[in-house]
Amino acid sequence: MHELSLAQALVEQVDALVAQYRAQRAILIHLRVGPLAGVVPELLAEAFPLAAAGSAAATAQLAFTPSPLRVRCLNCGGEGEASPNHLVCAQCGDWHTQVISGDELLLESVELEGVD
Amino acid sequence: MCDTCGCNLTPGNRHLAYQPVKPGTTAVSVLKGLLSKNDDQAAHNRAHFDARGLLVINLMSSPGSGKTALLEATLAALRGELTCAVIEGDLETENDAERIRAQGVQAHQIVTGTACHLDAHLVHEALHHMNLEGVDVLFIENVGNLVCPASFDLGQHLNLTLLSVTEGDDKPAKYPVMFRAADAVLITKTDLLAVLDDFDPAKAEACLRRLASTAPVLHLSPRKGQGMPVWLDWLRAQLTAHRTRVAQGKTHRPAIQPDGETLHTVL
Repeated sequence: MHELSLAQALVEQVDALVAQYRAQRAILIHLRVGPLAGVVPELLAEAFPLAAAGSAAATAQLAFTPSPLRVRCLNCGGEGEASPNHLVCAQCGDWHTQVISGDELLLESVELEGVD
Repeated sequence: MCDTCGCNLTPGNRHLAYQPVKPGTTAVSVLKGLLSKNDDQAAHNRAHFDARGLLVINLMSSPGSGKTALLEATLAALRGELTCAVIEGDLETENDAERIRAQGVQAHQIVTGTACHLDAHLVHEALHHMNLEGVDVLFIENVGNLVCPASFDLGQHLNLTLLSVTEGDDKPAKYPVMFRAADAVLITKTDLLAVLDDFDPAKAEACLRRLASTAPVLHLSPRKGQGMPVWLDWLRAQLTAHRTRVAQGKTHRPAIQPDGETLHTVL
């Protein structure tokens, strides 16, 4: 829902990287987004060109790695997949679980062109 | 789906998987959250609050669930006992801040224009317009919106999510990010349960538990004075607990922090 402001934050981070490495531009941006991150990757991809226009990320592509939603059970220690509104242990059925993957909204890496 | 054998490849992403980094390009590992700039500002805000020993609570809900009404009743009940201040967030009008000021409490209104949520920078800016000397509790009433505010750390210590009985009792299942972010869930307008036949508080709580949330669920009607003693006692206990933490040099972040992300990021 706020993908445009996220796209702007992403462009700022990438611009800073390009400046830090004294590169010419960013080519490919690797993002990891989980189902509980509160973000829709397709909408972020749509908003990105708008936010990136005129920046060092203007021609960069976005590559999304979907992160599976997995929980660890605090009752039996078991780990397994879950869905966003059913974070219950698949093995013992207890709801006291901890999300170990699937809530990320991560900028993993950026491929830069023309690094000094 | 794993990252090694290629079983996570689809026709849509295959062209990206096999490309080695081209000559002349450098791959730089970042591993930072997209919201890290907001989070940094939020951490500054939190440090500012902790230096003053004040407890900061962020209220979130759909529009019309009763956030301002809860604050009005709470501030009236705490008059003379605790010093409070309020930051209000709305797209337009100063109406909510005026209601708080009518209680004799300091309030600053953030008018966001079009932004559907508050963020740490807006809150930081608001603090410049406030006098927090001697304040015990700062309430931040977020923009009425059950989606976006859940994702933005403002520097608060606790999140409250309100759900009124005129909304669906399956809301926690429909808005998992928002309800997982709550340190306490307040079911409001309970005086109306007498005339409603389609809200089951037990079902709302069951949906919440399936989000792996251990947050307490409070039932209240601020306008009719129902459930207020339990709510006020909870609030007092939180303030005491927070003061103890701060005296030990510790702080508390709300339930918003993604567990999975902390396992991946570079701090």
